[in-house]
Amino acid sequence: AKLGPLARSPFSSDEPQTPYKSVTTYNNYYEFGTDKEDPAANAGKLAVRPWTVRVEGLAGKPRTFDIDELLKLAPLEERIYRLRCVEAWSMVIPWVGFPLSALLRQVDPQGSAKYVEFVTHYDPKIMLRRPVLDWPYTEGLRMDEAMHPLTLLTLGLYGEVLPNQNGAPVRVVVPWKYGFKSAKSIVAIRLVDKEPRTAWNKSAPSEYGFYSNVNPNVDHPRWSQATERRIGEFRKRPTLMFNGYAEQVASLYQGMDLRKSF
Amino acid sequence: MTKPPSAAQLAAIKALLFALCLVPFALYMQRWFDDALGANPIEAITRGSGDWTLRFLLITLAVTPLRKLTGLNWLLRLRRMLGLFAFFYASLHFTTYFWLDQFFDLQSIAHDIMKRPFITVGFSAFVLLIPLAVTSNNYAIRRLGGRRWQSLHRSVYAIGILAIVHYWWLVKADILEPMIYGLILAALLGMRGWWREQERRRQIAASMPRPMPGGKVIPLVAKSPRY
Repeated sequence: AKLGPLARSPFSSDEPQTPYKSVTTYNNYYEFGTDKEDPAANAGKLAVRPWTVRVEGLAGKPRTFDIDELLKLAPLEERIYRLRCVEAWSMVIPWVGFPLSALLRQVDPQGSAKYVEFVTHYDPKIMLRRPVLDWPYTEGLRMDEAMHPLTLLTLGLYGEVLPNQNGAPVRVVVPWKYGFKSAKSIVAIRLVDKEPRTAWNKSAPSEYGFYSNVNPNVDHPRWSQATERRIGEFRKRPTLMFNGYAEQVASLYQGMDLRKSF
Repeated sequence: MTKPPSAAQLAAIKALLFALCLVPFALYMQRWFDDALGANPIEAITRGSGDWTLRFLLITLAVTPLRKLTGLNWLLRLRRMLGLFAFFYASLHFTTYFWLDQFFDLQSIAHDIMKRPFITVGFSAFVLLIPLAVTSNNYAIRRLGGRRWQSLHRSVYAIGILAIVHYWWLVKADILEPMIYGLILAALLGMRGWWREQERRRQIAASMPRPMPGGKVIPLVAKSPRY
């Protein structure tokens, strides 16, 4: 279904966009299988309506939002973002959504809320039962990261609602972090006071840190992060600090050792 | 026992097997030119050539157990071709990495081989395969002598293990596939170990002095007297 009207965003990239077909057939959504083509083949089983998202925890006005409410909560924007996967490939995707901060402000976060935890949908009847990761998949951001104007509560791509394999009906997109930080098919957002454990960090703490900012200078222990293959391109290209969003986000990490807080 | 195939039959079997071994290569070539390898064709080719290297290594290592279990000794005559196909797919795998993935960036490749354990291991396995491929001919067997040739070619057991480790270390979280390949390799090597142990015991038993037929058995320990 078409979404619109869509406001343009100054944060959008003008790079060539990755074809819709690649964006929707080359996915990491392990609940639907660990090969890239698996999610497109299997995610059709996901029922995206009815759908609600609980926003709870350290909030003055915690509440549950229906997906139709979310679609009307704030003006929808098209945000053309670079996506850099920790596996050293990248895409340029025209997402549709609005800043996550618009949703969080609705529940009146308390001063003690320092982090945001995302809990995603898990249904063993239609999803992978093998414990490849600790299901349900969870992710997290520091409060200032979650409130950052680049952090997008995402409801669509290429002007339409999200295809299931891309995390329908609602996900986040955090463009300066490796793709796995951008949790899909979210059912709950919790405001918490301690750094939440995240699915990939639990699986391999030495390989996937809480921050997981795109950083060409800090290699994954098993492969280099200095370059990436843009899907559709033949030669690799250099990876940019914070995936090219340093101007917007570098200040969030001032004084931090990004080798330690990787 | 069934009769072994005649020379002409064996030649036909070999020709058929040769064609069969090229099928994965042909399919990947076709999909490459049809642009049917998905969003990341270089990754697909790298994965595919790696998968087929591992499969051919396991198929080659399965020849001896299969021969012992079925008694079809002529299967041994197919082993060289299967082993060379393992090397063929390994070469494609390496070339894909060297050319398509790294684009001859020698500095980056050297860095990878030294710093990334899964690439170090995979590269070692490939290098170790080269002498085996080079000596896969009758001339080399004659030159080296059967015993030395055989001990050289036993390094394929280590190569098999390195290949599994290479695969295991490269996957992100889902170790199911490397585990399946690893279990098959363990079974193929385990059977050899078991047979070798049986053979060792048989030889020890054969070298032990046995009572002469019809002779009298003299107890070495006297029975304690009974009162």
